[in-house]
Amino acid sequence: MPIEPTIKSRPVYGTLSPQKGTEHLLIADAEGAQAILDLAKAAPEGFFSAAEIVFIPRATGDRYVAALKGLTPARFYEGPSIAAALPRLRQTLATAHVGLRVYLAGTEGLMGQAMQVALEAGIDHSSIQTEHRGSLARRVQCVHCKGITEDVTTQPVTCAHCGLTLFVRDHYSRRLAAFQGVCINAEDRSEQVPVEEAFP
Amino acid sequence: MGIQFRKETFRDDFSFRNSPEHIRRFPFPFHEDSYMYAVNIEPHRPGPKGSVLEHPFDVDEHYVSEMEDRALVLAEDPLRCQSLPHMTLAGWDLLELIMTSKAESYPEHFSLTRDGDNWHWINRPLNIDQTFVFGDTTTLPYGPMEYITRQAQGDYCILDQRDNNLWMDAGIVTTQADWSLDFDIGMNFFEWHAPVPLAHEMGIFQRALKFLLNVQQGQPARRLNWTMTINPRLDTSPENYHKWGPDRTTVTPENVGQKVHLRVELQTFWRLPRSNALVFPIRCYLIKMDELVTSEKWAKRLHRVIRDLPEELATYKGLTRYRPTLVEWLSKYDDGGVTSPGFGPD
Repeated sequence: MPIEPTIKSRPVYGTLSPQKGTEHLLIADAEGAQAILDLAKAAPEGFFSAAEIVFIPRATGDRYVAALKGLTPARFYEGPSIAAALPRLRQTLATAHVGLRVYLAGTEGLMGQAMQVALEAGIDHSSIQTEHRGSLARRVQCVHCKGITEDVTTQPVTCAHCGLTLFVRDHYSRRLAAFQGVCINAEDRSEQVPVEEAFP
Repeated sequence: MGIQFRKETFRDDFSFRNSPEHIRRFPFPFHEDSYMYAVNIEPHRPGPKGSVLEHPFDVDEHYVSEMEDRALVLAEDPLRCQSLPHMTLAGWDLLELIMTSKAESYPEHFSLTRDGDNWHWINRPLNIDQTFVFGDTTTLPYGPMEYITRQAQGDYCILDQRDNNLWMDAGIVTTQADWSLDFDIGMNFFEWHAPVPLAHEMGIFQRALKFLLNVQQGQPARRLNWTMTINPRLDTSPENYHKWGPDRTTVTPENVGQKVHLRVELQTFWRLPRSNALVFPIRCYLIKMDELVTSEKWAKRLHRVIRDLPEELATYKGLTRYRPTLVEWLSKYDDGGVTSPGFGPD
């Protein structure tokens, strides 16, 4: 299911394509691997010898690992989770050279958090390529307690921190890498709102 | 004699009210019997004596109590005041703007003495006597923006101007109509307005941004915005929505007059001299329905505006639950007669 533009703060994503640059950092989770493999078909000679691939397989297990390694990037990192990969990513970006190009592919949670780290390192968001693949799951910040609930697939969702029932808005903060969650039955807590699978 | 500051609350027992003189000066936001979005921006020129537009930054009878309410909000939630690292200079700009303006408009309440960068600020209503070095943040108990806006009614957003856009990069927001500074900080003009219905399609924000990018120093601009609030609560933040939201279920035909408030924002826009940032004060005025209907014209007009408001706007402003009760109550004050043009109470 493609992501449609809705409101002006909601990110939209493109299609990865090889950019001119001296180094390339490609970060993907789950089905995002396929976006890297598709980019590789159009990549010029020598592209991957100046590239690092950061991959978090999540539920895809071994499905893409061999194919990504087969691109023979200069560095390949496979991480157990996005959170585990972030410190390494911060270090990579902090020591990056001007000619570095960044490519993000996979879930919005992966792209948002990698983008957040890149922005903190002073890289302009418009110079980062993104491509959505796989799950539509959202990262949601509870506006009430400020806690973040990861991989939200339902509307509404129960905040993992304070337990309020949150309506997941399209309003998105790049700084927080999260959509906004607002209590859906704040005016009358006895209202029961049916839970639907909205972001499969 | 100066302003008589009321001792009152905006929470718990809600003792806020307007004196008869303050009812007459309320910035009623409807110049005709219906409402739709418009780019209603005009020069912020001094208005009639005694009006909320007489001075660049209005100080009224609620000043001291509003500042106490702000301190309570900040103690509960420090994230209501944030400034990205590059915005400190703009904070000093704002401090200068407010101090010089207040001292000039209300010399009986505020004074500012400057000897180079050595400044002496006296705020008599809040019992503050502060000497500090302008530009040296270590000489104030808070950052410059927080320091001065703990002494100024209304929310303040400081917008950085770059890439032909405005960026919400600093602010203090404790009296807001349901938006979160903590969530929106760092966003551009279109992003932080993203949830507003209809106005994007109408091109309102493109035109407003174009105007705001060209606001010049010494030529501030203003507009009014409005919503409604149950109980005179200043802090209707999304952060606390689960606490104040239930108020909307408590409106009955018997308590409309005391519980339902028209909430008007006087928004002004000022270019700051050193940082070239734009400061955007959002000053909130509240009036109970019982107070508002002391003007026959306002009562009739508000009845017609609320009755005929497009459904999307009513939903966005959170009126849906009590709109029928409010319209029914206001209809008793509307004989169907003609109202005079303009904002005034007659």
